[in-house]
Amino acid sequence: MSQPVIQTEQLTKRFGAFTAVDRISFQVDKGEIFGFLGANGAGKTTAMRMLCGLSKPTSGKGTVAGYNIASQSESVKRSIGYMSQKFSLYEDLKVWENIRLFAGIYGMEERLIAPKTDELLTRLGFADERNTLVKALPLGWKQKLSFSVSIFHEPRIVFLDEPTGGVDPVTRRQFWELIYDAADRGITVFVTTHYMDEAEYCNRVSIMVDGRIEALDTPGNLKQQFGAHSMDEVFLQLARKATRKAD
Amino acid sequence: MKQFLVFVRKEFYHILRDKRSMMVLLGIPIVQIVLFGFAITTEVKNSRVAIFDPSKDVYTRQITERIRANAYFDVRYILDSPDQIDQLFKKGQTDMVVVFGDNFAGQINHTGEAAIQLITDATDPNQATTMNGYVTNIIHDWQQERMQTLQVPIQIKPEIKMLYNPEMKASYNFVPGVMGMIFMLICAMMTAIAIVREKENGTMEVLLASPMRPIFIILAKAVPYLALSLVNFVSILLISVYLLDVPVAGSLGWLFVLSLLFITVALSLGLLISTIVDTQVAAMLASGMALIMPVVLLSGMIYPVENMALPLQWFSNIIPAKWYIVGVKKLMIEGLTVGSVVKEMALLSLMAAALITISLKKFKKRLE
Repeated sequence: MSQPVIQTEQLTKRFGAFTAVDRISFQVDKGEIFGFLGANGAGKTTAMRMLCGLSKPTSGKGTVAGYNIASQSESVKRSIGYMSQKFSLYEDLKVWENIRLFAGIYGMEERLIAPKTDELLTRLGFADERNTLVKALPLGWKQKLSFSVSIFHEPRIVFLDEPTGGVDPVTRRQFWELIYDAADRGITVFVTTHYMDEAEYCNRVSIMVDGRIEALDTPGNLKQQFGAHSMDEVFLQLARKATRKAD
Repeated sequence: MKQFLVFVRKEFYHILRDKRSMMVLLGIPIVQIVLFGFAITTEVKNSRVAIFDPSKDVYTRQITERIRANAYFDVRYILDSPDQIDQLFKKGQTDMVVVFGDNFAGQINHTGEAAIQLITDATDPNQATTMNGYVTNIIHDWQQERMQTLQVPIQIKPEIKMLYNPEMKASYNFVPGVMGMIFMLICAMMTAIAIVREKENGTMEVLLASPMRPIFIILAKAVPYLALSLVNFVSILLISVYLLDVPVAGSLGWLFVLSLLFITVALSLGLLISTIVDTQVAAMLASGMALIMPVVLLSGMIYPVENMALPLQWFSNIIPAKWYIVGVKKLMIEGLTVGSVVKEMALLSLMAAALITISLKKFKKRLE
């Protein structure tokens, strides 16, 4: 493997006296699907916001796609895709308008956008829905479209913040197939989730407790290490140690 | 730049797709102007009148009888001393006092001239003007009949005194007022709601994680509302000039500049509100209570500022719309030159600069 795509050293974020993220160090390689787990309030979102260039670290350092997250946040933002836990497309825009908007925001060339849109919609089986307003689509479709839009500009890394909240198991399964496709194309996937069955799909998983990374390994190794049958048990063993209240 | 245009187009889609809101935004100004201009004309039925008549002669009695007989007036008090005039007005017990001159009949018979003073409460200038007109007509009619019987020219000079609003500046108050209100509504309220909607829907996070600079996100949000305001600016002016006969007496160009300044203030107020609240409902309430109500009540749009209690007068100074309305009155109604609105322009520019600085700082802070 070459240079890791995400690398952090002692990355810390404090809000006043409260340390939300406490000296975390890890790295993620190209094309990896990296699960970022933790209970509510463990500091996942804060850590992810720092990696996306949305929030400056208090101390420590980190690079994303080779750019320093503190000093080169513009370049970081250009190299990543982001899908928030809330649905992140515009309901009152048509399917193609959403695609075109985000492609435009990421500075894609106009002449490349149209053929790529066609290709994407055909691949998803959405060709007939081109001119449909997004609010008329079923939730599962929206979620898939939202993910496809977040990687439409071919980012090196895509950050997914609880992407499958409120989606039924069948759609979740299909959604993960899209994630695998993206990883196969060399896009690194950094995903937070509450579903432990999804944790099993990841190449490697880290579990945050009280702002620190308490465990980081492949799901198989973690289960062995904690003598557990499922990721659920691993998670519960670690989460029980938390002293911080969930918010 | 291309990013910016892509984003502005999206903002236009949002507005154009929401047909109902757009109708409201473009329709409100027209409805307001027409309402204020026509529907809310003050019909002066049963206006309360007091009469002070030191002469107590045949002529004054005849005129008093005519006023009493008129359906629009209700003569409630016959006063004994001039001190009572002030008291009645202060207690709000009368809308008008008719004061006859001393030795009224004697004056007419000897000199052919006599004086009458009409004192009105001009807090509501429309009503005051209408009442004065009616009473003047009554006096005039009486004068004509007298002349026919006496066969000598006589002249009664009604002296009109408007209390509480001596300059009568308010006759077309509502046009500048409505402009101030509409721009607040569209620029401040709608911008605040539009930005907060992105927060509420979670799309703001996605935008902030994109290479788009935050300042451009904000600017792009403001562009469509700016455009809408300009459409309204034109429609309000067209209606006032061609339908209500309120001319643009001064420079149209400077009126436009002044309005742009005020629109900037309103847009930055909207931005400020959007950085404080988190839901669309809160944004609507905050702008309604904090921006639109003061415009209606304290800016001089409906109630003359000169009539307010002193603390309220001081407070009205920090309301941007007050300065805008004063400026528009000067430029549009009174036809003064731009030199006369330098103070208003300077104050509005100051407010705009301060508001933009504060809200951009607050907006950036949220990102930390």
